[in-house]
Amino acid sequence: MPPPRHPFRAGFRDCLPFVLIVIPFSTLFGVVARDAGLDLVQVMSMSVIVIAGASQFTALALLQDGAPVFVALLAALAVNLRMAMYSAALVPHLGAAPLGARALAAYLMVDQSFAVAVRRYEESPEMTVSQKLRYYFGCMAVVCPIWYGCTLAGALMGQAIPASLSLDFAVPVCFIALLAPLLRSLPHLIAAFVSALVTVAFAWLPWNLGLPIAAIAAMIAGAQAELFLARRARAKAGCPA
Amino acid sequence: MIGAGEFWSLTLALGLGTFLIRFSFLGLLGGRQLPGWLLLHLKYVGVAVFPALIVPAVLWPAATGGETEAPRVIAALLAVAVGLRFGPVGAITAGLAALYTAQALL
Repeated sequence: MPPPRHPFRAGFRDCLPFVLIVIPFSTLFGVVARDAGLDLVQVMSMSVIVIAGASQFTALALLQDGAPVFVALLAALAVNLRMAMYSAALVPHLGAAPLGARALAAYLMVDQSFAVAVRRYEESPEMTVSQKLRYYFGCMAVVCPIWYGCTLAGALMGQAIPASLSLDFAVPVCFIALLAPLLRSLPHLIAAFVSALVTVAFAWLPWNLGLPIAAIAAMIAGAQAELFLARRARAKAGCPA
Repeated sequence: MIGAGEFWSLTLALGLGTFLIRFSFLGLLGGRQLPGWLLLHLKYVGVAVFPALIVPAVLWPAATGGETEAPRVIAALLAVAVGLRFGPVGAITAGLAALYTAQALL
């Protein structure tokens, strides 16, 4: 795919479908946080300072259960550890950008911008660093204002949303929507299966520790599958039947 | 009820910690070239992390007190299938539509 002529607009457009997910997810956070007894300023501060929904839910739930602050903090940080892997995966693409731009990209790093941007970078490898950066910020121009705005809307609406809507299901559906387009080769499929199996096998571990174990096992499985397929293709090409 | 002191210390520490995680490699490594074996593994970060987030949220959701419910499992499988063929919008629409339909029927 050739590089987009307007990278910012292309990023904006490619991230637009995730509006469907970010709206319920952030609204839900506003509702849940008010329910936990936070005031409007607290709810909004948390969403602006942290912008990482899954960890915000984790931290709130634990504080509400009466867990000590450091336990809630460690659990929430464990949920966010996956972003260290995103950060590493973005280095080949955005590593050459100025420090300030990298810091802003780091603050805005969420699952959506990471998944959509990396997919595009791999499809259009000839994009320049500046084009990649504009594309990334285009993605976040969709997600970020909605994240803030709908947290506020949820906090204002409070309990007006019935639990029967099962809005919490928006969270896994969001991750499925991010995952499906990435499953484009056999090694990718193998990695995803390994991740799911290891997650179930290690579900008994405390503090979300199953997540990093599953992720590392799946990355090794994907990489090994790719190397195996490449070796087999070379062997076939080397000795024609 | 969550105390103000607890809330603010948690939020500020979580905000700072999360930023440092996000900035880690991108900030430290900058333009330096990563070794080939690492690049090979990093290609699989997305497909390695998302299933590990999806599976527990579908099988043991907090909203049901950790009980597995058939409508959620069916809706998730359908969302994956439709997502493979029709992309993110398909996955989202199919997932939520299937959940409401299954909840109404089962």
